[in-house]
Amino acid sequence: MVLDRPEVDVTGKPPQGPRTASGRSRQHLRRTAVRLGLMAVPLAFFGVFFAYPVTAIVSRGLKDGGHWQFGRVGEVVIDPAIGHVLWFTTWQALASTALTLALALPGAYVFARFDFPGKQLLRAVVTVPFVLPTVVVGSAFLALLGRGGLLDELWGVRLDTTVWAILLAHVFFNYAVVVRTVGGLWAQLDPRQEEAARVLGAGRLAAWRRVTLPALTPAVAAAALMVFLFTFTSFGVVQILGGPRYSTLEVEIYQQTAQLLDLPTAAVLTLVQFVAVAVLLVVHGRTVRRRESALKLVDAARTARRPRGAAQWALLGSVLAVVALLVLVPLVVLTLRSFDGPDGYGLAFYRALASAGDNGGTFVVAPLEAIGNSLAYALAATGIAVVVGGLAAAALTRRAGRLVRGFDALLMLPLGTSAVTVGFGFLITLDEPPLDLRTSWILVPLAQALVGVPFVVRTMLPVLRAVDARLREAAAVLGASPLRAWREVDLPLVGRALAVAAGFAFAVSLGEFGATVFIARPDSPTLPVAVARLLGRPGELNYGQAMALSTILMLVCAAALLVLERVRTDRSGEF
Amino acid sequence: MNTNLRRALGAAAAVALGLPALAACGSGGSEAADGGKTVTLVSHDSFQVSDGVLKEFEKQSGYTVKVLKSGDAGTAVNQAILSAKHPQGDVFFGVDNTLLSRALDKDLFTPYEAKGLDRVPKALQADAAQHRVTPIDSGDICVNYDRAYFADHKLAPPQSFDDLIKPEYKNLLVTENSATSSPGLAFQLGSIAKYGDDGWQDYWKKLKANGVEVVDGWEQAYNQRFSGSAAGRKTKGDKPLVVSYASSPPAEVMDVKPEPKEAPTGVATGTCFRQIEFAGLLSGAKNTEGGKALIDFLLSKKFQEDMPLTMFVNPAAQDAALPGLFTKYGAKVTDPATLAPEKIAKNRDQWIKAWSSIVLK
Amino acid sequence: MSLLRLDGVTVRFGERAALDAVDLEVAEHETVCVLGPSGSGKSTLLRVVAGLQRADAGRVFLSGNDQGGVPTHRREVGLMFQDHQLFPQRDVGGNVGFGLRMRKTGRAEAERRVAELLDMVGLPGAQRRSVAALSGGEQQRVALARALAPRPRLLMLDEPLGQLDRSLRERLVVELRELFGRLGTTVLAVTHDQGEAFALADRVVVMRDGRIAQAGTSLEVWQRPASEFVARFLGFDNVVEATVSGERADTVWGKVPVPAGTPEGRRRLLVRPAGVRLAPVVDGLPCTVTGRTFRGDHVVVLLRPADGPELEAACGLRDAPDVGDRVGVVFRADDVVVLGGS
Repeated sequence: MVLDRPEVDVTGKPPQGPRTASGRSRQHLRRTAVRLGLMAVPLAFFGVFFAYPVTAIVSRGLKDGGHWQFGRVGEVVIDPAIGHVLWFTTWQALASTALTLALALPGAYVFARFDFPGKQLLRAVVTVPFVLPTVVVGSAFLALLGRGGLLDELWGVRLDTTVWAILLAHVFFNYAVVVRTVGGLWAQLDPRQEEAARVLGAGRLAAWRRVTLPALTPAVAAAALMVFLFTFTSFGVVQILGGPRYSTLEVEIYQQTAQLLDLPTAAVLTLVQFVAVAVLLVVHGRTVRRRESALKLVDAARTARRPRGAAQWALLGSVLAVVALLVLVPLVVLTLRSFDGPDGYGLAFYRALASAGDNGGTFVVAPLEAIGNSLAYALAATGIAVVVGGLAAAALTRRAGRLVRGFDALLMLPLGTSAVTVGFGFLITLDEPPLDLRTSWILVPLAQALVGVPFVVRTMLPVLRAVDARLREAAAVLGASPLRAWREVDLPLVGRALAVAAGFAFAVSLGEFGATVFIARPDSPTLPVAVARLLGRPGELNYGQAMALSTILMLVCAAALLVLERVRTDRSGEF
Repeated sequence: MNTNLRRALGAAAAVALGLPALAACGSGGSEAADGGKTVTLVSHDSFQVSDGVLKEFEKQSGYTVKVLKSGDAGTAVNQAILSAKHPQGDVFFGVDNTLLSRALDKDLFTPYEAKGLDRVPKALQADAAQHRVTPIDSGDICVNYDRAYFADHKLAPPQSFDDLIKPEYKNLLVTENSATSSPGLAFQLGSIAKYGDDGWQDYWKKLKANGVEVVDGWEQAYNQRFSGSAAGRKTKGDKPLVVSYASSPPAEVMDVKPEPKEAPTGVATGTCFRQIEFAGLLSGAKNTEGGKALIDFLLSKKFQEDMPLTMFVNPAAQDAALPGLFTKYGAKVTDPATLAPEKIAKNRDQWIKAWSSIVLK
Repeated sequence: MSLLRLDGVTVRFGERAALDAVDLEVAEHETVCVLGPSGSGKSTLLRVVAGLQRADAGRVFLSGNDQGGVPTHRREVGLMFQDHQLFPQRDVGGNVGFGLRMRKTGRAEAERRVAELLDMVGLPGAQRRSVAALSGGEQQRVALARALAPRPRLLMLDEPLGQLDRSLRERLVVELRELFGRLGTTVLAVTHDQGEAFALADRVVVMRDGRIAQAGTSLEVWQRPASEFVARFLGFDNVVEATVSGERADTVWGKVPVPAGTPEGRRRLLVRPAGVRLAPVVDGLPCTVTGRTFRGDHVVVLLRPADGPELEAACGLRDAPDVGDRVGVVFRADDVVVLGGS
């Protein structure tokens, strides 16, 4: 029915002029209100659980007796020891990024363009390291590079406590970032574009260089920046594999905050890291935006085929070899150790896990309980991350001004912020009703969700943006209100992306260690915390159980990722 | 930020996130609702107690115990200091003599003389005058050795600090970074106690010349590099000497069947530094009476006898019987090194810095 | 009362006016085609009526009610998008039944109606098929059925046959006209194809740069293009400057007869190709044949006179001269149109 609206002109003024102008501004207002409404929850979430705690801990460090001590900034920045840390942080991140790209780009190509048995499984497996806690990985990785490790036995090469161990471990962690970001796009580039160039007289290499490479460059840049971000803020890897001589900014922040309680120094270092991360994010945002420029994309399933000829088989073989050596071997060693019980290979450690608690509490944790805790926390964190990230992505869908882009970058900031900073920030801010959450279980999933949200946003955004606005219009013309149109059109289209985002957030919070360990919480340890505790005690049984629990954690992560492989959307973003 | 603004922020966030119920039941409120029936213990990640023991306390006292844990000992103490204005709980357990002065200087604790303190040796009572903290347990950090290695090489294991710089033990010792590991720091403090302010740096220079290896954490040192531990044997650890705890050997034989005659590792008893862990009633505790009862419980025979096998420490109370595992396989450390907490607090940072520049550079 | 009335509707995109004070009426059961080159504002017109685009000025009335402030989903119009915009995640039945669901039509009733519409568009039993598996023509039909399903009071079609091949297009035009006649649907269609417009529409509106250049029945517009723009857009290129006096006009092509009652003075004339008759060289304006284009049942011959613009003549297949031949040209008054404006 057509409704006679009160704002219809009744004064007899000419139809042009003020009426429509005010109508437009009213609509503009309404749209702004909708966007603000969508952004309210993510903004409140980030304000209360990130910006406020981090600001509080930093300003406590920089304020002495109510006065700002900016002199501290200068003192810390010119300290040669800090300069050394900054230099090492930067160069190892650069080197790690270069090495990761060099080793993973061929992998991206192979995963994108070749069909081979077990491809889905392998893609899930290479992603497992990305979501594994470093405590677990560290010990597995030592088995490859350390004393008596594979390299040592084969060639007498030992890389632990060298910078090579750090670099290779960074490759191990970030291999999947490159394969997924670059490979995902590569798989969807229409091969006929290259064919068109060949027909026009370009050689095979020239065609690749002139057609495929420019299309891939933004994706490569985006992947490189993500890897740089992750390695720049590397903590566990550097601590476990690098030995005491290597320290990144993140490690230094941890020591200054948690061990020395030197809040002023920690505050300055946090600010330095913020600046570096913010710059990275701005650059990253630019490249991502460019990446969204029109590319001719096709269904990934259509571009892959079985390798042909010796060269392609050799390429596939060498990529598989790299994956095997760098990704699979550490994981396999970890698994083997979990079976290598006191009486030879067997299920002794797993049985010990199952029977824990009977022994009158001699065990560190009831390990099965830790699995339950982990799943419960991860589910809660996923719920929060999906709601907050989903709303943020919905608000960001309609691309708009600088403010929105700033918001986008803000959502990424927790990835580049030390868990110690956040954990200690929680401690001094969320300490009064109604926000005295310090002793509540919800704090752990909240902290994990901080890390999960960026993944949700990054996964959902490209899909939401790819939804043709005219589909919504078609629904509107057929009688669907805006909300209904979103439900009927957007939601089914992004449903799979949502599932992928949720799965990734789930896997990430499952493996999350840093934030969990720095938050005082009722004694319900998660899997990574339980593993760390078991590793922190002497005795074969504890060590073996740590390996067994790690294997379980690995399997849960792998299973979650394998499910994701099944529901992966065509445009499921960078991760 | 002022309190009103905080409250407003908090309320806004709670409403926006649809967490009103959660904010209300988060904590704080629960004590009030229970009429002070909950007592909260704040500790580090290593705190452990058998279920039955804690339940018995709850039954006797009528309190419900809530345990909050975070990070290692250093992190937990620093968090307690930061949240001194609004303490997270009623009792803090796990501040040791290397960190004690920092906590006392910040007035973290309210004096309380625990029942049963008379059963604790004077040597452990670091704050005997004011009773702001109560000693609960002690543990010795000592060099552990791999018995098999020294038997195979027909070499006597080292027993003292001086032994470690002898050429026959060259390249055998792995220790931990003082800046990141509490056993690492304790070992350094032991050397300072032994050689004094003037001599310890020289000792470390010699130790470095003798090939001491430093890793970041106890886990790497003990589980990866030490050849005597079960885990180290698997990872083909190459160091027969490691800085660990006097209680590590019993842990190595726990659950090993049939029971071996002796532990595969031994303790160099002349290299020990004594760590004492204290508990204290947090200033501003909501449930002071409950807190006092909890501290009494921590000193009770029941809890004291539970500690060795849950936390691998020695009970502070003299009347607490050690489990067979400890008496059979543990080392008897008679004269461990100690340092006054005030002295540690004053010099800690500069000692770590000096140590780093000698050993790591 | 007209079903749709536009009253001075203006839409600006920045400085450019996509619609400039457009007035338009569509009567009930009438099919109106808006015709114009791309960028003339045709699609914007449909979007304003649907409420997808706000008018900067002017008003839109449907059944006499001002639609200002009425959101799209309450306007009860149908719009068939140029590229269909079928919902990819729904099957054919889900697409066709979408509008019915939005109007809370009962399940059984909706199913019956979907089946009926699919029969009508020639896709019986296609309910469960995936839209991705449909050919262009089939998608077209599904889009049409979807738009018709909720019985919109006004059906709007944006380039309805745009992407289809020629034979399918010609067949569908006939089918559509027959269908709309049978259903009594009021239709507003936009297209850039004159053939399609004239075959489909009762009335044709020609647009240029956001303004209406001419409106009238198909026959009127075809026979009497109002301006040189309309004439050329319809494919007539025999336009020449003339000075009219009485029943004669002076042009560079010589004297051209004009219909009686033509106002005198300087005018521009259109001679439809059918009115350009070939004769022996000596009997008319001498021209050289420069090209021939077959148009199925006739041939368009391109002629270059000694002076002035080239001419097109339509002649029978057998009479067509060869390229290079010299012919004379005479003009028939019935096919001469005096153009107004620019």
